[in-house]
Amino acid sequence: MGDPPILQMTGIRKTFPGVVALDGVDFALRPGEVHALMGENGAGKSTLIKVLTGVYGIDAGDIRLNGTPVRFGGPLQAQQAGISTVYQEVNLCANLSVAENIFIGREPRRFGKIRWSEMRRRSAALLAGLDLHLDVAAPLSTYSLAIQQMVAIARAIDISAKVLILDEPTSSLDASEVERLFEVMRRLKRDGVAILFISHFLDQVYAVADRMTVLRNGTLIGEYATAELTQMQLVTKMIGKELTVLERLEEEPRTVTADAPREPIIETHELGRTGAIAPFDLTIRGGEIVGLAGLLGSGRTELARLLFGADRPDEGTIKIDGNPVALRTPRVAMNHGIAFSSENRRTEGVVGELSVRENIVLALQASRGWSRPIPRRKQDELVERYIKTLGIRPADPDVAVRNLSGGNQQKVLLARWLITEPRLLIVDEPTRGIDVGAKAEIQRLLVELADGGMAVLFVSAELEEVLRLSHKIEVLRERHLVEELDNTGGGVDADRVMQAIASGATP
Amino acid sequence: MTAIVKHRLFWPAVVLVLLLVSNVFFAPRFFTITLQDGHLYGSLIDVLRSATPLALVALGMTMVIATGGIDLSVGSVMAISGAVACLFIGDLSDQGSVGGVLLAVGLALVLSLVAGIWNGVLVSVIGIQPIIATLILMVAGRGIAQLLTGGQIINVSSPPFRVIGAGYALAIPVSVIIVAVVVAAAVLLIRRSALGVLVEAVGASPTASRLAGIRSRGLTIMAYMFAAVCAGIAGLIFSSNVASADSNAAGNLIELDAILAVVIGGTALTGGRFSIAGSVLGAVLISALDITTYTIGVPAETTLLFKAVVVVILCLSQSAAFRAAVFRRRRTPAVTPAAEVPA
Repeated sequence: MGDPPILQMTGIRKTFPGVVALDGVDFALRPGEVHALMGENGAGKSTLIKVLTGVYGIDAGDIRLNGTPVRFGGPLQAQQAGISTVYQEVNLCANLSVAENIFIGREPRRFGKIRWSEMRRRSAALLAGLDLHLDVAAPLSTYSLAIQQMVAIARAIDISAKVLILDEPTSSLDASEVERLFEVMRRLKRDGVAILFISHFLDQVYAVADRMTVLRNGTLIGEYATAELTQMQLVTKMIGKELTVLERLEEEPRTVTADAPREPIIETHELGRTGAIAPFDLTIRGGEIVGLAGLLGSGRTELARLLFGADRPDEGTIKIDGNPVALRTPRVAMNHGIAFSSENRRTEGVVGELSVRENIVLALQASRGWSRPIPRRKQDELVERYIKTLGIRPADPDVAVRNLSGGNQQKVLLARWLITEPRLLIVDEPTRGIDVGAKAEIQRLLVELADGGMAVLFVSAELEEVLRLSHKIEVLRERHLVEELDNTGGGVDADRVMQAIASGATP
Repeated sequence: MTAIVKHRLFWPAVVLVLLLVSNVFFAPRFFTITLQDGHLYGSLIDVLRSATPLALVALGMTMVIATGGIDLSVGSVMAISGAVACLFIGDLSDQGSVGGVLLAVGLALVLSLVAGIWNGVLVSVIGIQPIIATLILMVAGRGIAQLLTGGQIINVSSPPFRVIGAGYALAIPVSVIIVAVVVAAAVLLIRRSALGVLVEAVGASPTASRLAGIRSRGLTIMAYMFAAVCAGIAGLIFSSNVASADSNAAGNLIELDAILAVVIGGTALTGGRFSIAGSVLGAVLISALDITTYTIGVPAETTLLFKAVVVVILCLSQSAAFRAAVFRRRRTPAVTPAAEVPA
């Protein structure tokens, strides 16, 4: 591929107050290639796209399209210059027809009147070019998400056919739909369209991308030809193996030891939910920390939600203390002694409007029902104890939780569940986006709880953290639980887990 | 001092006082309260008396809005409640029978409760948007009331029934006592139990509440039931006061005044934190506004405009952004903003 790049970004720097989102990132896209942008959550992939399409301005750097320096004021300008983006969520109007969606805002007109037949004819021709034969007069909602995705792509390439950005287009598609999308991408590639592809699914990237650029923490790790980089090497580059300064500040690495085996608290058999997580078998015992490892989108959260009744499984069974149960709602799971702290702290965790006190007692109050309020004295006692134990700042029970920092909100959420005295505590990304001190405190707390006999399911994108805390590591890959690693005695290292993430046997 | 000024009910209270004071220029005896035949009389008493149906409806509306919903059907429930009570009393052999009137009141309130269950089930079980779900009963309910009364105004002459809306006890209007008792009971029930905080959690964040194990369905149905019963009592007060059931006039457009009262009281329409005291204050303020338009002789055709202007001023006084803009200009004139910070 000796073609000169159609799009060249050099030395891109973008800062937000207090955060450097992109630092000296270079990126080049050539006509007729599919170029994957790789990196973990927060690596700067979406920032780079938003900078490119003019959603954000840049602090330093240079963007050239066909050799000419450009700065777009917004996605519309970028589109007019030939850069179209199709996002993860299809943002078309499902209630309008396929043809209307393709031509909305630029309908073919004559004397101010829309020429419907012309619009339908051109839509059908355009879709036929992608080997799609649809009834273009039917509402978009009558087609599957994959087809809707492709209609969005058809619209994008009809508007401007030079650069196409596909941001996580496959996250809600099944395997055959993905294959169909790839067919379309290969066809476009042959037509000379440059495609920027973002996906968390490594297999998909390897199936369709010619080249990839890896970002980590806002910096460029490198650009590689897909054929020259193994999946293992890629994962290593994305996650970064060396301990960061941050992590060195935390506790000494803890060697996990095995106690006398305890009885299983929860066992699942072939438990699964279509589109979320493939059927899995999992056993969690008292006093045990089970870590879930895997890349973003590998099904970590989906697995955890099934165990709490936040989503309903559509196959398989759950046993608690050996008895089969149906965890239909969170409340049912709570009655069985299960607690779940969501990764989406602000939207699914704390209630920002309510005070620290109200948030801490919320779950306990919910399980008691409205007619049996927790006496004020008991509330004060519980809240005061947990504010002290967890070091919640400010130590004021009446301040609204939305005014607390992320780390303190997380502690409030943990306190909410701890006062319900659960037997199984599921924590999804409890340390994400919080400062080092709070992070170490939360890790220490989880270890203490497990030593006290509680079972903990620990979900984290940070491999080092999972390795340090877990007795047992469950590795997820593309919505399958692919491997279980015994970490008692610290027998597992990061390489071993990354190997499982990169190449674990997908059934 | 600043704590008082910053209290969310400070500005509505100021507007209420200003409204009342402005009446004195047109009616010098506005603040005079006299005792005649063991009854308190005076304009202030009138303000309170005329605020009673609205205060009740606003009380119920507060709980519904706190769950993140809205109830447009309250006016129609008022009409049904009044119509049922008057029809029942009209059929009594002795309209003066206290037992018969109590039965009529009970029947009206049970029907209101059924209306509330209907709304609650539509919203929380079937999942219809609250504004649409309650619109159904808003339209259909008034139709039912008109059907019951055959489109006629049903007059009753029942002294015991009259007591509810027009009677006096201990020199105080009975309707004011009823509202005071209902409000006090509601505050006790809602704040002493965990209802208040659970409803606030559901209204502020349905997802987080579900994951905290709160069953929102029952709470939502209860809120609509409470709103409907409050509207039912308001309907009884209204029809008792005029000794008749007028299915067209009873509670006509009261849902809008009730929503306004709730908003004036500082409860956000998006749900979550609510203030019962605020809503009652809002209802009294709206009633004072109505009476002020009469006292100062605003021509009938401009009454609505006058009301609108006061409401706009009130809303501006409550807007943090507006206050900040006004006060900043006064304190630190001509400050150029520092270098722009990207979002």
